Amino acid sequence: MRLKGKVAAVTGAGQGIGRVIALTLAREGAVVAVSDINLEAARQTAQEIEAQGGQAIALQVDVTQRQDAEALTERAVQAFGGLDILVNNAGIYPSAPIVEIEEKEWDLVMAINLKGTFLCSQAAARQMMAQRQGVIVNVASVDGKTRTTGNAHYAASKAGVISFTRTLACEMCSYGIRVNAVSPGWIETETLRSKSNRWRQAIKEIPVGRLGTPEDVAEAVLFLVSDVAGYITGEVLDVNGGIFMD
Amino acid sequence: MESLRGKVALVTGGSRGIGRAIVVDLAAAGADVAFTYRQNVEQARKVVERLKELDRRGLAFQADVADFASAQLVVEQVITAWGKLDILVNNAGIHQNETIWDMDEAQWDRVLDVDLKGTFNYTRAVAPILRRQRAGKIVNIASIHGLRGRQAGPNYSAAKAGVIGLTKSVARDLGPYGVNVNAVAPGITETDMVRALSDEAKAGFVAGIVLGRMGQPEDVAHLVTFLCSDRARHITGEVIKVDGGQYI
Repeated sequence: MRLKGKVAAVTGAGQGIGRVIALTLAREGAVVAVSDINLEAARQTAQEIEAQGGQAIALQVDVTQRQDAEALTERAVQAFGGLDILVNNAGIYPSAPIVEIEEKEWDLVMAINLKGTFLCSQAAARQMMAQRQGVIVNVASVDGKTRTTGNAHYAASKAGVISFTRTLACEMCSYGIRVNAVSPGWIETETLRSKSNRWRQAIKEIPVGRLGTPEDVAEAVLFLVSDVAGYITGEVLDVNGGIFMD
Repeated sequence: MESLRGKVALVTGGSRGIGRAIVVDLAAAGADVAFTYRQNVEQARKVVERLKELDRRGLAFQADVADFASAQLVVEQVITAWGKLDILVNNAGIHQNETIWDMDEAQWDRVLDVDLKGTFNYTRAVAPILRRQRAGKIVNIASIHGLRGRQAGPNYSAAKAGVIGLTKSVARDLGPYGVNVNAVAPGITETDMVRALSDEAKAGFVAGIVLGRMGQPEDVAHLVTFLCSDRARHITGEVIKVDGGQYI
């Protein structure tokens, strides 16, 4: 129970990696504000948390909207008295070759993945600065670091998340707030399996010989938000089975 | 948090500083720990006593990690004593600061031998064992200076950069055999060596660190313990900084 008494907010927690992150933080004793653009999905995750003996509230949050991003922090503070942990997980990853990407798809990917991280972080940071403590983890991606094809907008948004993580870490220095990122590789989720069979080819290039699981990412997030990682800030932690090493 | 119950770990340079903190943290997480030390028998004995206090087994071996043959012997002795080996932490390291225009060949060789070759020696000794059992963890203690380069430290920076390259290569080879290989890169950490610096020098270092303080050996140890646990099973070939934001 490493997070007993902590208040966490997770975006995109209605399914996939975000859901498992929320469940993992709750398992370790955090009370969780579960947010997602899909309120029903957020509620399901919150119910699962309560079924395992934890506490959670569910919120509909469109991370691209400032009022929603601010409401996430406000509601967490209202319900639980503060905000200790923010995990910016909400993100989409459509595929298209550059010459075919529609402008509005580009804008949407940037809005959710990068601007959403900014808006939620801004709101949370103001609260955490007043508390003089807090921890933020952004979910980036191996594609934000290494060459890739077919998802230039996604890759650029995640490279932006990585840069933003570092800047935020530096700006939060005197407030006792740590900011880090996890950078997953190929992670087995329903969305991944439904997209294409590229993952079959990818496994051959992964030294550990298998796809990652949402739990693998969640454990890395858990480590970064725990006190045992109290001297780690401005760091990007790869969870990718060795497919890319930098 | 007994996540390493039943595991056997070997830590090089475990009698003081970061190494000692690693030995103690792995033991607190449930592992039995063997470690090497170079000269201070008394310190090594105290660490073994500490392990007994934690109700774990401990073994200390006097060894110079730069010696290839003695690495093989140490590993054999751990297997003889305890029947297995699950975790290797290559921590032993030294620095001998000098600007490039004054550095002796001997200063270069010694730091490369201990910091880089020592890591190779012990990794080479355990690799066949971990590969055969299709399970294991190797964590190498590098440094942010292997990434950013340190003033008056061409030997140290090169050795630590070498440790990072070695980490990734070994990760690729051992990945298919269920062995995770990672590196941690500390920034300035408060050990005896650092405490001996002038207050001015120390203040100078701290000024450049986002979290406003030097690292403690325990900060590094916590990260090592995490990487040695099953929670980190999908992390390999990775270099994780634990530097308070000294090098972002």
